[in-house]
Amino acid sequence: MKKASNTRRRELTDLTMRVVSGTASLIGIFFLVWILWTVGKNGIAAFNYDFFTALPTPPGIEGGGLANAIVGTLLITILAALIGVPLGLFTGVYLAEFGRNTRFGGMVRFTINITMGIPSIIVGLFVYTLLVLPFKHFSAYAGAVSLAIIMLPVIARTTEDMLNLVPNSLRESALAIGMPRWRAIVSILFRAARSGLLTGILLAVARVSGETAPLLFTAMNSPYWMRGLAEPTANLTVTIFNYAMSPFDDWKTLAWGASLLIMATVLGVNLLARTLLREKTK
Amino acid sequence: MSRFGDYLSEHFETLFRWFTILCAATVLIIMAAMFVNLAWNARLAIGEFGIGFLWSEEWDPALNQYGAFSSIYGTLVSTAIAMVIAVPMSVVIALFLVELAHPTVSKVVGGAIELLAAIPSIIYGMWGLFVFAPFMAETVQPFLQETLGLEKAPLIGRFFSGAPMGIGMLTAGIILALMVLPFITAVMRDVFAMVPPVVKESAYGMGSTTWEVTHKVTLRYGIQGVIGACFLGLGRALGETMAVTFVIGNAHHISASLFDAGNSIASTLANEFAEASEPIYLHSLIYLGLVLLVMTFLIQFAAQWWVRRLKKSMGAGL
Repeated sequence: MKKASNTRRRELTDLTMRVVSGTASLIGIFFLVWILWTVGKNGIAAFNYDFFTALPTPPGIEGGGLANAIVGTLLITILAALIGVPLGLFTGVYLAEFGRNTRFGGMVRFTINITMGIPSIIVGLFVYTLLVLPFKHFSAYAGAVSLAIIMLPVIARTTEDMLNLVPNSLRESALAIGMPRWRAIVSILFRAARSGLLTGILLAVARVSGETAPLLFTAMNSPYWMRGLAEPTANLTVTIFNYAMSPFDDWKTLAWGASLLIMATVLGVNLLARTLLREKTK
Repeated sequence: MSRFGDYLSEHFETLFRWFTILCAATVLIIMAAMFVNLAWNARLAIGEFGIGFLWSEEWDPALNQYGAFSSIYGTLVSTAIAMVIAVPMSVVIALFLVELAHPTVSKVVGGAIELLAAIPSIIYGMWGLFVFAPFMAETVQPFLQETLGLEKAPLIGRFFSGAPMGIGMLTAGIILALMVLPFITAVMRDVFAMVPPVVKESAYGMGSTTWEVTHKVTLRYGIQGVIGACFLGLGRALGETMAVTFVIGNAHHISASLFDAGNSIASTLANEFAEASEPIYLHSLIYLGLVLLVMTFLIQFAAQWWVRRLKKSMGAGL
């Protein structure tokens, strides 16, 4: 008798935990949908021709857009990729090909993992002390450098992982036909790991294109078209921050539009990268 | 000519190798330069306030008195709220994904949870400020205070006192929980999936229920991985900036109530950096950044060390 009630109690606990775990998953999805829905609804309302083509206007004046910020974000992100991708890629090459079992390699790997967890605002602060304070002005290149520093460890890690997946026989056969190692890496290994490397790069670009904190102290913001890399540069994320905190309704509308644009881009690139990876594993 | 070509290609091999070494070295240089640069540019504040900066509560730009305590307190409290919510949730979500759900369902739900991690933090901020904070103010906080009667509850009452404004520590903590949840879940899922089927099957064979297998076998088997996952989540929550800045209220004071406005190190930096006109103000903010850098560095260091030890003891896989 006692045994039977014990079993029932255990089964009840089990059932409860099943329900709890299902509910927790649903809660997670619920918040995702809630956020996507909110941003989608408010963002669509902000989209019009001016949003993509016009400069921002002072509060109260109709018809402002964020064309300069869209261009600025694109430019800073591209510049960041130009710096961060080669650095990360070749760091990954070193870790996977030359420094696999060396002390220096281990140290670099350890530091990369730590760097990935350093808050992006600290990276921004660091670049501020490096490139803004000495030159006494905010600039697009300072913004790009801070984003590149955030990209570097992510790309290095995935590059190393992806190169490690390439079978050793491929390396050996390349070397056996007399290829120098750099040639084997560039024309054989990179090609074999292509989709994995591309995924890593895309994910890193997606991640930094939504970053705000590192740009606050480096690229800053500006209501004008940029005329060069050495001046404060408008960008979408800092604009969202400034406009959302302002008391003006038309600025808040623009902030929602910018949010949707950024979110759609980041999620789009993310999904693209994942599809690439899935095709590879098939 | 051909000998020159040979020479070049031989040379290029070495050059290439040194180029990759140089790239790898930049990582170390950047890490070291972060500490040096921040410390150097905080020198006025370090000289003026010393280590007492950490527990001084006063933050008054008018009098040029700066202390980090309220920011550190806010960072720790909001992170603690986030972890208290996110860790148990991650455990049960990982349980659902690995043990309970049909593989197709698991893939879809897992993908959705991962998407939460891809949403930029400024989007969390926008949603938090304009949608979630009003929801907290109108629904959740009155529910906690009145319907559950927590405001008048003994001992814990003071955590839930004050006007329900929506913005404040609790809201910031909940949003942070949402943001670190996918990271912790991802690691937990790997840990759960790594437990050898034989171990689980023998527990099932003795008549255990799914939950018993999970908390007595799977969790215990993977406890080190679970702890590692928590460390990683903790590191992320500590330095999160934009989402917190939008909803924490940005007030330099310490209050027991979780409904009250506060600030965190990151939110103070984001908010006040543009106003820092005096050198000592700027140096104090950078000092604050240095404190955050040291905190996250130590947490990450511990996490990496832990994971590394784990790898050695369990072989590959994680």
